[in-house]
Amino acid sequence: MANGHAAVMGGNAGRPTESKAVQWIRANLFSSWWNTALSLVLLYLLGKFLFWFVGWGVTNAIWYGAATECRAVKGIGACWAVFPEKWRFILFATYPYEDQWRPALSCLIFFFLYAYSALRRNWNTRLPAVWIGGLLAIAVLMWGGILGLAFVPQERWGGLVLTLILSTFGIALAFPLAILLALGRRSHMPAIKSLCVVYIELIRGVPLISLLFMASVMFPLFLPEGITIDKLLRAQIAIIGFAGAYLAEVVRGGLQALPKGQYEAADALGLSYWQATRMIILPQALRLVIPPMVNTFIGLFKDTSLVLIIGLLDILNAAKTAVSDPAWRGFGPDVYFGVSLIYFVFCFAMSKYSQRIEGELNKSKHR
Amino acid sequence: MAVSSAGSGGRRGSSMRLSLNDPTFRAIFWQIAVIGGFVLIVWWLISNTLHNLEVRAIATGWNFLSREAGFAIGESIIPFEPENTYSRALLVGILNTLRVSIIGIVLATILGTFVGIGRLSKNWLVSRICSVYVEFMRNLPLLVQLFFWWAMFQDAFPGPRQALQPVPGVFFSNRGIKIPIPAEHWVHGWMAAACIVGIVAGVFVRRWARARQATTGQQFPVFWASVGLALGLPFVVWLFGGAPVAMDWPALRGFNFQGGLTLTPEYAALLVGLVTYTGGFIAEIVRAGILAVPHGQTEAAAALGLRKGPMLQLVILPQALRVIIPPMTSQFLNLTKNSSLAVAIGYPDLVSIANTTLNQTGQAIEGIAVIMGAYLTVSLSISVFMNWYNKRIAFKER
Amino acid sequence: MKTLASIFATAVAAVALAVPAHAQQLAPSPTIDAIKARGFVQCGANGTVAGFGLPNAQGVWSGLDVDVCRAVAAAVLGDASKVRYTALTAQQRFTALQSGEVDLLVRNTTWTLSRDVSLGLTFTGVNFYDGQGFIVKKSAGIKSAKELDGATICVQPGTTTELNLADYFRANKLKFTPVVIERLEENIAAYLAGRCDSFTTDVSGLASIRASNVPVPADHVILPEVISKEPLGPSVRKGDQRWADVVRWTFYAMLDAEELGLTSANIDSMLSSTNPAIQRFVGATGGFGAMMGLDNKWSYNIIKQVGNYAESYQRNIVPLGIERGVNRLWTQGGLMYNPPIR
Repeated sequence: MANGHAAVMGGNAGRPTESKAVQWIRANLFSSWWNTALSLVLLYLLGKFLFWFVGWGVTNAIWYGAATECRAVKGIGACWAVFPEKWRFILFATYPYEDQWRPALSCLIFFFLYAYSALRRNWNTRLPAVWIGGLLAIAVLMWGGILGLAFVPQERWGGLVLTLILSTFGIALAFPLAILLALGRRSHMPAIKSLCVVYIELIRGVPLISLLFMASVMFPLFLPEGITIDKLLRAQIAIIGFAGAYLAEVVRGGLQALPKGQYEAADALGLSYWQATRMIILPQALRLVIPPMVNTFIGLFKDTSLVLIIGLLDILNAAKTAVSDPAWRGFGPDVYFGVSLIYFVFCFAMSKYSQRIEGELNKSKHR
Repeated sequence: MAVSSAGSGGRRGSSMRLSLNDPTFRAIFWQIAVIGGFVLIVWWLISNTLHNLEVRAIATGWNFLSREAGFAIGESIIPFEPENTYSRALLVGILNTLRVSIIGIVLATILGTFVGIGRLSKNWLVSRICSVYVEFMRNLPLLVQLFFWWAMFQDAFPGPRQALQPVPGVFFSNRGIKIPIPAEHWVHGWMAAACIVGIVAGVFVRRWARARQATTGQQFPVFWASVGLALGLPFVVWLFGGAPVAMDWPALRGFNFQGGLTLTPEYAALLVGLVTYTGGFIAEIVRAGILAVPHGQTEAAAALGLRKGPMLQLVILPQALRVIIPPMTSQFLNLTKNSSLAVAIGYPDLVSIANTTLNQTGQAIEGIAVIMGAYLTVSLSISVFMNWYNKRIAFKER
Repeated sequence: MKTLASIFATAVAAVALAVPAHAQQLAPSPTIDAIKARGFVQCGANGTVAGFGLPNAQGVWSGLDVDVCRAVAAAVLGDASKVRYTALTAQQRFTALQSGEVDLLVRNTTWTLSRDVSLGLTFTGVNFYDGQGFIVKKSAGIKSAKELDGATICVQPGTTTELNLADYFRANKLKFTPVVIERLEENIAAYLAGRCDSFTTDVSGLASIRASNVPVPADHVILPEVISKEPLGPSVRKGDQRWADVVRWTFYAMLDAEELGLTSANIDSMLSSTNPAIQRFVGATGGFGAMMGLDNKWSYNIIKQVGNYAESYQRNIVPLGIERGVNRLWTQGGLMYNPPIR
């Protein structure tokens, strides 16, 4: 291995019996002395890490039982026992215990809606109807008060369903706002353009947390006496306004990337501005920006965790509250690990999906 | 507004009909309608607010800024005592935010560049590890990561009495990392000044070398000369100052270490969290930037006989940077804005101190205005600077 | 003739107005009207401190502060269960009250001049007299707060605690490093992990933490110094005087009942008491409820459904290991003293 290149070449030419796998390993791990050294060091470190990780997460871990058993292995084994004990609180938080099937079912409806809209063959006029139906069902389930379901005020909502509500409504309602803002920013009317520019830059220039603070402590002062908006709704409004500004920039990217000929062709057909926008410009522009749009969705989904700071019980806050139980104190990292997995599954699915869609769209472009 | 409508109105001649079918009139109509609606809403909100503030006798105004703050702040670059004013407390917060953001930006850029290049490595293991890293960073909320690091720093290190001492004088404990620093001496200020002079001189050397190369073709080792100036001048000053070598060693006195430089667990957790998180995003940008340079460019540079260093410096980087700079700017801004999550883990950044101020004075509107104003200023200045830099390195198209 | 008729008409009108006006010579109270219309009291509470305001796993709230909310609901609506709680952080609490998101704020909030005067709220009384203290680990070997020179101290931001802490160290010319974390649980975790040498908050809070939040209570000591006065009490928005009166006298009714020996168990049998003070209290005489625009059974409902102050204290605070101390009635040497109900 003193001369890696020579060895590889020799391998390819002189030893035809060598299997594909060995060839691959040679080319990708041991192609030069430097790569060999690097690979060996990394393999060693990786092996050590995996060994520790399996020991910590599997063999030494406590899967079931009381907190005292976890304390005994603290530092050498993970405490997954906190999940059998606390999973209902982490997923549903303070929702009335015997009614927790309602948020559970709502989560399932959300999953169905996501899966349904992910399939491209469902991208048709039925899609909005399915969404409206799904969201109505969720509203009925969560609030209750009809169909023999007991009324549950928003203060009791929490856990996974709160995270899903905040991000889903955040995206769904930010979207029309973003389109209007993006169109406004590209508008030739200076007043409308500057209004949109100021809004977008203002929102993008400040951290989300300051908007949430604003929603939490300033909104109530904006409203006339006697009218109050619930804390959850205020946070939701802040998230919509925030996501709208970021999405607007993505949509604007799509509008700019669209060839000028499309705009001119639409004009030539004698379509009005809104007709052209609705039928020609937007369908193409949005299609161009699906990948960055999904990235924005991922960012927004992660950012909903910030509502913890204004005291809403989203899934992260519920997990945090679960480990503030004195019996389970100190197992924060274990619980964060579990909650991270939930976030990761959602975000990773979205990012893989966006890559696939990108591939499909590019395929059609290259044909 | 007037300019464009006059322009298009002129085209249509003088027969101006007040109808919504007339594009000029329609544009003006819509703009007036939108602006009018906007003004109306804003006026409504403001009048509600003023009414509410008045009816409920809530104190308003900025008088609180000059009042005594009364609370203490855990870490600060400038001296701060509880008897100082709220405005000074907020200044401490801004400086703490800048302290974590600037260092974070530098470290995240370094980390991101390494990981981004690593993803393109021919070594399968390196590129795999780098992509797994990027996936994890991009798909987990920063807040979870911060909580995780914070819990780690708090639980993994022993108390100050059992502090780990990997190198003599450096202590790791759950009170933070303690590093010895040179004891205070009057010459340090002069050394800093000498360093700035050295950097300025370096800029002039660069200009002179460029001019000389343009006229005579001779090259000059600008880089090493600048480094020499920036480091050498302070060294000379230090020698003239009597070459003080006294160090301020951290030592356990009473409850905690005294002396030396402290990196608190909150600062460390925030910095590590921000750097690793943003590093994941920067890695993707760097990778995309490098991939954006066509392979032909490398080959052409090689054909010209450029060695690897000049090739990178003169051919690859200038082109990659054009792709990298705009998204990088937004990552720098994101890091700065994300540093506001400090409030969740107890690092006294601007948001945290403004939050305390807001609680103590009850003046929510002013407190949030301070936060937003400060971030807007920082965001806008970073984007102005990056836009300037971006223009400078952009292709000068003829 | 015309003038005579008009005088007559005016007089008739005046009498007609005056008769019902005597029965309800009441200042308008938008808050009470709103509560009656919606059928429940919206109460701003803590949500994290056992003994004062904490929901259990079923979402049922309990605590000394929560009992004030329940008593107000009993007085206004006749049903102590008609309360909805909003858990508020220290940051949100005042705006929530100012903006009308909650009708009253009972979230162990210290009554101070600046809060009373400049925040647009009115404190209606003190339901718990507290003071600030320090908790340290026994292993640190500290006997007095004066020995805390150079210590790192965990404290919650935006509280009077944070200010008192700085004041105390300044006054005693000691140094300290604050670690400021918003959430109580985080503070406790940081203290237990050894990030801080001491945690400071109201002594009642420290006792509650020592009793229920640390693995081994005997390993922790609460230092003897009490460095501040912390009168904790309910507050309402400024500008609705009748509502403030109702909240004030609701709490006083709980004190008065204790003084009169009325409890949730015996109040029914006391309805026929001949003691004039008790007759006034249960609403048999005096018509005090109507003076506030409430049912005359208001105080009876409070005691029947919530209990007197001693019962509430026994239920919520004693389990934390905190004795009555200064919170005893004035007749027993404490500070709890209510103006007479008459």
